[in-house]
Amino acid sequence: MIEEPFASGNSIIHRIDPRFRVAAAILYSFTVALCYQFQPLIVALAVALLSVIFSGVGLKTVFKRLIVVNGFILLFWIVLPLTYKGKILYSLGPVDIYLAGIVFAAKITLKSNAILLILISLIATMTFATLGHTLSRFKMPDKLVFLLMITYRYIFVIAQEYQKIIRSIKIRGFKPKTTLHTYKTFAYVVGMLLIKASERADRVYNAMRCRGFTGKYNSLSDFQINIQSFIFILIMTGFTIGIILLEIQYHG
Amino acid sequence: MDNRQPIIKLSGINFSYSADSSVLNNLDFTFYDNKDRVGFMAPNGSGKTTLFHLIMGLLRPDSGTIEIFGKTMQTEKDFAQIRHRIGLLFQDADDQLFCPTVLEDVAFGPLNMGKSKKEAIDISRRTLNFLGLSDFENRITFKLSGGEKKLVSLATILSMEPEILLLDEPLTGLDTKTQSIIIDVLSKMNMSYIIISHDIEFLKTTTNRICSMKHGKIIVDDEVYVHHHDHAHTLGNVPHKHR
Repeated sequence: MIEEPFASGNSIIHRIDPRFRVAAAILYSFTVALCYQFQPLIVALAVALLSVIFSGVGLKTVFKRLIVVNGFILLFWIVLPLTYKGKILYSLGPVDIYLAGIVFAAKITLKSNAILLILISLIATMTFATLGHTLSRFKMPDKLVFLLMITYRYIFVIAQEYQKIIRSIKIRGFKPKTTLHTYKTFAYVVGMLLIKASERADRVYNAMRCRGFTGKYNSLSDFQINIQSFIFILIMTGFTIGIILLEIQYHG
Repeated sequence: MDNRQPIIKLSGINFSYSADSSVLNNLDFTFYDNKDRVGFMAPNGSGKTTLFHLIMGLLRPDSGTIEIFGKTMQTEKDFAQIRHRIGLLFQDADDQLFCPTVLEDVAFGPLNMGKSKKEAIDISRRTLNFLGLSDFENRITFKLSGGEKKLVSLATILSMEPEILLLDEPLTGLDTKTQSIIIDVLSKMNMSYIIISHDIEFLKTTTNRICSMKHGKIIVDDEVYVHHHDHAHTLGNVPHKHR
């Protein structure tokens, strides 16, 4: 189930206009993703960390999320030093460990964590609904925004349908094994879920038509631009430019 | 039926989902303005929900004519124009509620009808208030209980200020408290409605005629009268119930 643990709060970051937050997060993430030098990446991580602290979200929960992502990054640390050819740092019998691989893995780690932290502090601090409305203000196509919101709403309903099917196969003594019967049963579960989801979609669409839906989604939310929002976007733009300048300065 | 005007008139409707089984067979049905309150009680699969969907234009008959508010309905455009005047409450509230928050969902209909944000919010708040849901505005729709979902669904319909309600098993699966709220709301409203239900007591208190369906046709019972019989049998002095 999707929880929104960071969305409710009343920190400085929470009070900033969501449009400004989304804009700053996109700008910052792209900049960080395109950096190659250690200096700008370290600064980027520090700024992101600062942003998380200002957003007042539970550091323990943030840390838990970081662990999940860094679990994936660990794979890079295993694979890259062995495959990313360059200067050999150390040889273990037939296996060579390359310095360039380690450097590359370290950069990926810095980048990912910086981007993740900035997204947690700026984007995860708004509800899914607000994010959807913000994206539609940014002229993202109505259909995509709508798809995002409907997915968020019905993922729970589909999860419930899934639980129902799983329960019904369990009470009839089904235990998954490595057999054709098991594979077939899972195929049926997935197939049934698809049918149910499609029927549900038809019914939801019909209900929406009954309420006058013609494809245009009208949003209720009004965004308030305040002085803090302007100060915030100035500071964030400043940091972003700073990171770009650092990158240029240390580049080759 | 006295001098009331028909607002929904179905004549000679045939409908089938597949070639080998027909659901509605040359069905005629007339529904009037001014507090016509009809109950539909018939076995599952007899075509009650199909009938509602035909009235809303979600399904099209194979043959027959549908007249609503005095106009013959033919195209999607015809139906789109009358949909907001008829509120259909779906059997499953999860089909009806799709916005993240309650207020947004209730305001969805009014916004589609071209009302301004302020008007839509005002009318949504009034509707929620009317249903005793004034503190529900910012609740997340999918986290509501079954009964709450049903009441919010009703709010999403009522906020469009329809002239007629079509209620598809409005009490099914609800706790007694929510059931009595719905009965209370129906009695407070001054409008015509059609209810599909299996609950005869509910239909007796909320409607003034009850119809059944058989072989794809509507069987009309005239007005419903609650009545008593005198009768005698052995052990009649012991408290008992009749089925």
